[in-house]
Amino acid sequence: MTGQTAGEGRPFIRIEGVTKKFGAFTAVDNVSLDIEKGEFFALLGGSGCGKTTLLRMLAGFETPTAGRVFIDGQDMTTVPPYDRPVNMMFQSYALFPHMTVEKNIGYGLKHEKISVAERQERVRSILDLVQLTPFAGRKPHQISGGQRQRVALARALVKQPKLLLLDEPLGALDKKLREHTQFELANIQYKLGITFVVVTHDQEEAMTLASRIAVMDKGVVRQIGTASGVYEFPNSKFVAGFIGSINMFEGRISGVADGLATVEVPELATSMKARADRPFATGSAITVAVRPEKISIARSAPPEGTPNVLAGVVQDLGYFGKDSLYRVKLDGGTILSVNSVNSRRGLEHERVAEWEDRVWLQFEPSSAILLQE
Amino acid sequence: MNRKPVFLYSCLCFGFAFFYVPILSMIFFSFNKSRLATVWGGFSIEWYGKLFANAQILKAALLSLEIALLSATLATILGTMAGLALSRFRRFRGRTLFSGFVTAPLIMPEVITGISMLMMFILMAEWIGWPGSRGFTTITLAHITFSMTYVTTVVQSRLSSMDVSIEEAAMDLGSRPWQVLKDITLPVISPAILSGWLLAFTISLDDVVISSFVSGPGTTTLPILIWSKVKLGVTPDINALAAIIVTVVAVCVAIAGVVMYRQEQRRERDVQMALRANN
Ligand SMILES: Nc1ncnc2c1ncn2[C@@H]1O[C@H](COP(=O)(O)OP(=O)(O)OP(=O)(O)O)[C@@H](O)[C@H]1O
Ligand SMILES: [Mg+2]
Repeated sequence: MTGQTAGEGRPFIRIEGVTKKFGAFTAVDNVSLDIEKGEFFALLGGSGCGKTTLLRMLAGFETPTAGRVFIDGQDMTTVPPYDRPVNMMFQSYALFPHMTVEKNIGYGLKHEKISVAERQERVRSILDLVQLTPFAGRKPHQISGGQRQRVALARALVKQPKLLLLDEPLGALDKKLREHTQFELANIQYKLGITFVVVTHDQEEAMTLASRIAVMDKGVVRQIGTASGVYEFPNSKFVAGFIGSINMFEGRISGVADGLATVEVPELATSMKARADRPFATGSAITVAVRPEKISIARSAPPEGTPNVLAGVVQDLGYFGKDSLYRVKLDGGTILSVNSVNSRRGLEHERVAEWEDRVWLQFEPSSAILLQE
Repeated sequence: MNRKPVFLYSCLCFGFAFFYVPILSMIFFSFNKSRLATVWGGFSIEWYGKLFANAQILKAALLSLEIALLSATLATILGTMAGLALSRFRRFRGRTLFSGFVTAPLIMPEVITGISMLMMFILMAEWIGWPGSRGFTTITLAHITFSMTYVTTVVQSRLSSMDVSIEEAAMDLGSRPWQVLKDITLPVISPAILSGWLLAFTISLDDVVISSFVSGPGTTTLPILIWSKVKLGVTPDINALAAIIVTVVAVCVAIAGVVMYRQEQRRERDVQMALRANN
């Protein structure tokens, strides 16, 4: 990552063993993570997993029960929100209902020691940036939801914070506006070089926007990585299942040779080969996971000796135009999802496979993921 | 099937009559020439003239107004503070007890409040020599005590329905807590504070029971004066006075209603405009 403070190499944000308890309930459990300057970092997780709570500790609205928070090298654990170089865009936007758009945006500059002219100039240029100049004189209830969202963003940006926190920034928008705004957000982040930490429960949003993603579950960070890192190399069954869809089989390692592990899978009454990127003990329990789009489907059996071949019958079929989703019932009774790109043009009867067709599935050992927990 | 719902109509008429016939007849008889309040002797406005020449009544009216203005203002300040404390502080020790104490006067019989106030003033006069005599100060204090309860309730309920995140947003933008209070919280809840003030004002203006316990010689508020006059028989000048009060109150309520209606309409129009501008 770029932009580390000269010579020191310390991260811009360091969250160190942070725990937050509400009474007996632990909302955030011993979380440690580093975020670099200029990063677009996403906190991803299901409802109630503690994303907002973690963000609020960065903003200063909650004090950790244990652990410390550093921003730009300074211990900010107990610093109140008004003394932090951080601004937050609230999930509900939290615009001041009695102030115009312009006043809302200018409010935060009241506390900065700058001239009136400069203040007006900054408000004007930010209004321009979010394309709200024609609405400057309106009150929040006189503008639409998407415009409100941009006011909230502008209000936080105008302070030129070192760190901008966004809590489900696009939650209230419809799909089209959402995609447009995602693009705008990425653009603004690129232009201003501010570090963004965004909370979301939408994995697609996290994957399109973020340079790195932290996947959270029940107050714990399960994995931190880039979009392809968490998608292609999940470190646990939870992360594998949470991001995208995946097929999983329980098995036992029966041998490792030449970087390939052989896994006996009782439910399929066969063995599978998977690339072992770390050492595994023979005999240990393991889960083989493979993404639906990594599996190929054909009406004829592949040549003898091809690894990871499974035979079954198409039980269900969804046609989505660019691709099709097959649900194949294997001979052992297990159901597998297979996603196949419709690379050849054709009508129903020309498809790779039909309902009730007998098909052969195959995937490469390098496409299979071995998961221990 | 187009039969008029006779029963509903008669209920409506009866209800309205129940409320307004006494008031209308009072206003009607305030224009009575006769000295007897209930015997019609021809139209006249002489009682209104007499009313304005009556120094005693004017003095009482002025006193009532002064007390109401002062006590409503102080009660609003104290009540707002209590409301803020009750809804915005983190849990503090004895919070439930405090909120119980604050709202207790709402259900306390006025006679009891009056007696206890009187006792307190008497004891205080004995121990610390203050208040030397009962009058303007004691009445004002007593009114503050029980009307601030209403302000607290109104403010507290407004605060609990207000989005806390706008206060957090202000703090996030660099405002210290007192600035948040000044810039955000108070402006947003100002309608509730205003209605709390109006409530306190009217409660103080028409209070008889508590005032009569804590008033002293020479400090007669308007309601006490009316009350004592009526005991000697209803006279047309009292009718005239009451008619004026009713008119003033009606005008105030009407103005407030119109203002609120206009605001609501403007708001709705704005929302419509915003929606249309976006489609
Ligand atoms: N002030 C509080 N008091 C008690 N419990 C709280 C408080 N704030 C949050 N919690 C609890 O902590 C857990 C995590 O809450 P949090 O708001 O961080 O979830 P989240 O990940 O943001 O979820 P969502 O996606 O639904 O917004 C929840 O179970 C919630 O009930
Ligand atoms: Mg949340």
